[in-house]
Amino acid sequence: MQFFFEVLIGGLLAGVMYSLVALGFVLIYKASGVFNFAQGAMVFLAALTFVGLQEKFGLPLWGAFPLTLGVMVLLGIGIERVVLRPLVNQPQITLFMATIGLAFFLEGVAQLVWGTEVRRLDLGLQDEPIESVMERFNLLISKFDLVAALVAGLLVAVLAVFFNKTRIGRALRAVADDHQAALAVGIPLKQIWAIVWSVAGFVALVAGLLWGARNGVQFALTFVALKALPVLILGGFESVLGAIVGGLIIGASEKLAEVYLPSLMSDFLLKHYDISINLAGIEGWFAYMLALVFLLVRPEGLFGERHIDRV
Amino acid sequence: MLYRESGQFKTSYAADQQLFPILQDRIGVLTLLAVALVAVPLLASDYWLTAILIPFLVFALAALGLNILTGYAGQLSLGTAAFMAVGAFAAYNFQLRIPGIPILVSFALGGLTSAAVGVLFGLPSLRIKGFYLAVATLAAQFFIPWLLVKVSWFSNNSSSGVITAQPVEILGFVFDTPVRKYLFVLVVVAVMALAAKNMVRSAIGRAWMAVRDMDVAAEVIGIRIMQTKLIAFAVSSFYCGVAGALYAYAYLGSVEPDGFNLDLSFRILFMIIIGGVGSIMGSFLGAAFITLLPIFLDIVLTDGAIWLGLNLPSGTTSMAQLVVFGALIIFFLIVEPLGLARLWQIAKEKLRLWPFPH
Repeated sequence: MQFFFEVLIGGLLAGVMYSLVALGFVLIYKASGVFNFAQGAMVFLAALTFVGLQEKFGLPLWGAFPLTLGVMVLLGIGIERVVLRPLVNQPQITLFMATIGLAFFLEGVAQLVWGTEVRRLDLGLQDEPIESVMERFNLLISKFDLVAALVAGLLVAVLAVFFNKTRIGRALRAVADDHQAALAVGIPLKQIWAIVWSVAGFVALVAGLLWGARNGVQFALTFVALKALPVLILGGFESVLGAIVGGLIIGASEKLAEVYLPSLMSDFLLKHYDISINLAGIEGWFAYMLALVFLLVRPEGLFGERHIDRV
Repeated sequence: MLYRESGQFKTSYAADQQLFPILQDRIGVLTLLAVALVAVPLLASDYWLTAILIPFLVFALAALGLNILTGYAGQLSLGTAAFMAVGAFAAYNFQLRIPGIPILVSFALGGLTSAAVGVLFGLPSLRIKGFYLAVATLAAQFFIPWLLVKVSWFSNNSSSGVITAQPVEILGFVFDTPVRKYLFVLVVVAVMALAAKNMVRSAIGRAWMAVRDMDVAAEVIGIRIMQTKLIAFAVSSFYCGVAGALYAYAYLGSVEPDGFNLDLSFRILFMIIIGGVGSIMGSFLGAAFITLLPIFLDIVLTDGAIWLGLNLPSGTTSMAQLVVFGALIIFFLIVEPLGLARLWQIAKEKLRLWPFPH
């Protein structure tokens, strides 16, 4: 039982990290209706730029962070200017494919500039169990995971305030609701898009730092972003809360499945059909399958908006 | 002056409804086929055949399959490579386990297996569309190669799931040299492309396009959405499956499940974006473009570096490839969303009026 809780908590904390990436998707989707496939590439680019700046100029953490943030903001503005503006009013699917192109472009540029080798990123946090929790409950919970979860929670709170209470946030929601109506009441669409892509760049940076510190800064970071897709399917594309809850569900169920399912299935097959196979590695696809099944039952996700089609 | 339909009167329904109604088009297609069947095998070197022409044809077939699904029926898929893998492994297993089965039959069965799997993963499309569906097809993309690696039965218990294709033999004639393999692929691809060209102008093709353009409206005028979408998935996966079998049997010879990765799926998606979404010809143009571009880039970068006296770090070419691919995709989507095929169409319009454009 104790092992079960360890796995569960580990999964939940990993889920928070997924949510962090998923947040970037939700932001852009809410404000521009674009499904930004390049979010993963942005995470990768941000992390790589951060490490690269640190290595090249020997900058401390607090020095590299604003510089990288500057790069991400410039990138956001550039994307709006070069990619989005000419594609205004195109079908969503076209914009989606454009962001696939953007993802390739960013991945290529990031590696051309900073090289392809795996980098270590040290945030000064150790991936070791917290002693007091270990003594009292006899559970192994990583300090790093806990801090990451706290950061993610903080980020969500800030974004929620930003979306609901500030002038820009309200403008963002207006744009998300209806581009043309927002334009008609005088909301500057171009600026709003540049802002939202910059904010997504910021979220990508935070996600990139945490994931990079955990797994090393490498190309595989872009696959983490792919994991955010099932999170979105589960939570609903329009909902910040959905990104969090979806992330927790995906994280926990994925870890539990990876630990328990292969042995259960192998035992079953061996017992009843006398087939022996090793089914480890379920983690690679379990989240997608879960999302797929979920889509059949509730296509709009847990917290998404129901769409009504009109002819 | 050269290319126009004036004076070509149609006197029967058959003439009116033929595949290429303009005489010059017919001559063009026949010349192209003649060149591909006769001149290319005589002139092309083994390098050209094995490294450029065969992969070009195989990818063109896969792109054709994806184009049927994405371009005609409007259902985005990121799982093309997985369906190719199903085709390749199914064909291998039919060939291995049923003694004396003709190779073409096992290819067709491989395609059908792939179609069945495609329908299975296409089921969510009944309730969702757009990028939701893309995520659903991602499930296929990650699940199928994993399954092929884990269940060693599929690869006849070879390590890490590598299969080595059996020799391709039809009625005692073995397709073993590059020229023979090329001809084999060419015939299969040509026949399937003509079939696709016919299919997209038939009732089902029109239904696909209606669903693509507006599914609710299509439903209102009496098109069965479910049937139409699932047929699109089946046909598309069939094409991808056969392409996968050709990929294994005629191009690489031995393949492993991990070769059919997300990268390959994207590559094929790029082919149809650049070539032309919703165009048979576009699939071929896009496949040619994407097959040739890396070779071209490699030459330019290598020679350019030598010429400039630079020493490029290894991996630069593949990174530059990513950048160029990405930039091209965005460029095409902005400037010409209908791709190279649209450029060809514009050229044809110009040609009809040439040399007196008014």
